[in-house]
Amino acid sequence: MPLLEVNQLSITFTQYDRGLRQKKVPVIQNLSLAVERGEIVAVVGASGSGKSLLAHAILGILPHNAAVSGRMAFDGQPLTPTVIRKLRGKRIAFVPQSVQSLDPLMRVGDQVRQAVRTGDPAAEQQRAFAQYGLAPQVARRYPFQLSGGMARRVLVSIATVSGAELLIADEPTPGMDPAVVQETLRAFKAFADKGTAIVFITHDLEAALTIADKVAVFHAGATLEVTQAADFEGKGERLRHPYTRALWLALPQNGFAIPDEEAGETQICSLKHEA
Amino acid sequence: MQLEARSISKRYGEEQWLFRNANAALQTGEVVGLLGPSGCGKSTFCRILAGYDSSTEGEVMLDGERLPSKGYRPVQLIFQHPERAVNPRWKAGAIMNEGWQPDGSMLESLEINPEWLNRWPSELSGGELQRICIARALAPHTRFILADEMTTMLDAITQARIWKTVLELAASRQMGLMVVSHDRHLIDRICTRVIDFRSLG
Repeated sequence: MPLLEVNQLSITFTQYDRGLRQKKVPVIQNLSLAVERGEIVAVVGASGSGKSLLAHAILGILPHNAAVSGRMAFDGQPLTPTVIRKLRGKRIAFVPQSVQSLDPLMRVGDQVRQAVRTGDPAAEQQRAFAQYGLAPQVARRYPFQLSGGMARRVLVSIATVSGAELLIADEPTPGMDPAVVQETLRAFKAFADKGTAIVFITHDLEAALTIADKVAVFHAGATLEVTQAADFEGKGERLRHPYTRALWLALPQNGFAIPDEEAGETQICSLKHEA
Repeated sequence: MQLEARSISKRYGEEQWLFRNANAALQTGEVVGLLGPSGCGKSTFCRILAGYDSSTEGEVMLDGERLPSKGYRPVQLIFQHPERAVNPRWKAGAIMNEGWQPDGSMLESLEINPEWLNRWPSELSGGELQRICIARALAPHTRFILADEMTTMLDAITQARIWKTVLELAASRQMGLMVVSHDRHLIDRICTRVIDFRSLG
């Protein structure tokens, strides 16, 4: 049985159009996803494709004007608002996308220690900082004294010291050095090897492929396909959906190709102009 | 035309020097990559080159003269975080048209949906807002574009599309481009020359 199961999830926002007239905006339609223990599932897709909303729906932190339908279950238990409130921060940990999610009035070391559930909070925090390349004295700083990449590493520390069974990471890597990105991905992999299920939300396909077992490709609020990470190779012959193939071929190292919508195929073109 | 950094040094207050005596020259028609670890001063260097920030020592010259302090700036910087580069109380259309009016084909090639222009910046995603910022910077008088992690937050397809547009425009108008990125693959793909920031000083 998968640890996390999302079945036919749909999310609709109610917005005010003009005056008191309301309109319904569907943002996710019939989305399904399953994650086993010890498995890393990457969720990739364009910005605005609903990747973050999926995370927010699982965690029960969508805004009030969102209506959710479909089924979500964690460890066989339906994820109702009461259930998720008990699980998050304990059995389910979250790395939010925005570095503004840190408490601006609390030293970042204390924010990490607060999340520790077993063992010595101070020791766990120091170990996490050492692992992600944060100097010990960073623990005494406040969020405004950190660079974007450092704040991101604090967020990852908070999520990983909790010892949760499911880790949902929403764009954890932008702004980090390539070396720190690699270290963070290695840490995720190590958690998965110990049995943690990981949902890794990213627009960085290359980063996703270095650790993911499966890749779920999102587009316009729906899952186009869930594919094995190993299928991303060569010219993408084993990828079933044209969008997935286009995403793969658009990477700078794979041709930097732009999909040709009218012909329905992907054109490889050289962009470097002759100097 | 040449954009030149002459022995630029920068320190914030009495802190350590961020960098000292950085020299670099960029010609129109060139696409130059700038590499370096985060926190080494690449973004500050770009801010100084574009005239957003002043250097503690040294000067920036455009064809042997100081950067103009009035009117349209021929050196345009595209920032890493678009949400911090726009007035949150202006709608996207007003933001984009502040310096010039991009035409329909420009919007199309940057995949800007005209509906976005009527929204507030907070109602657009980072990638959508970045495209507005790119259109804003691509006026005909622009001679140099400094792209500081311009497409880091975009998916691969959108990234490839935007670079295609920007590079074609740069080639046809003979603009100079400086590309700051951690993505070595991207730099190798599009740049005609690569500078390591640490070797400038």
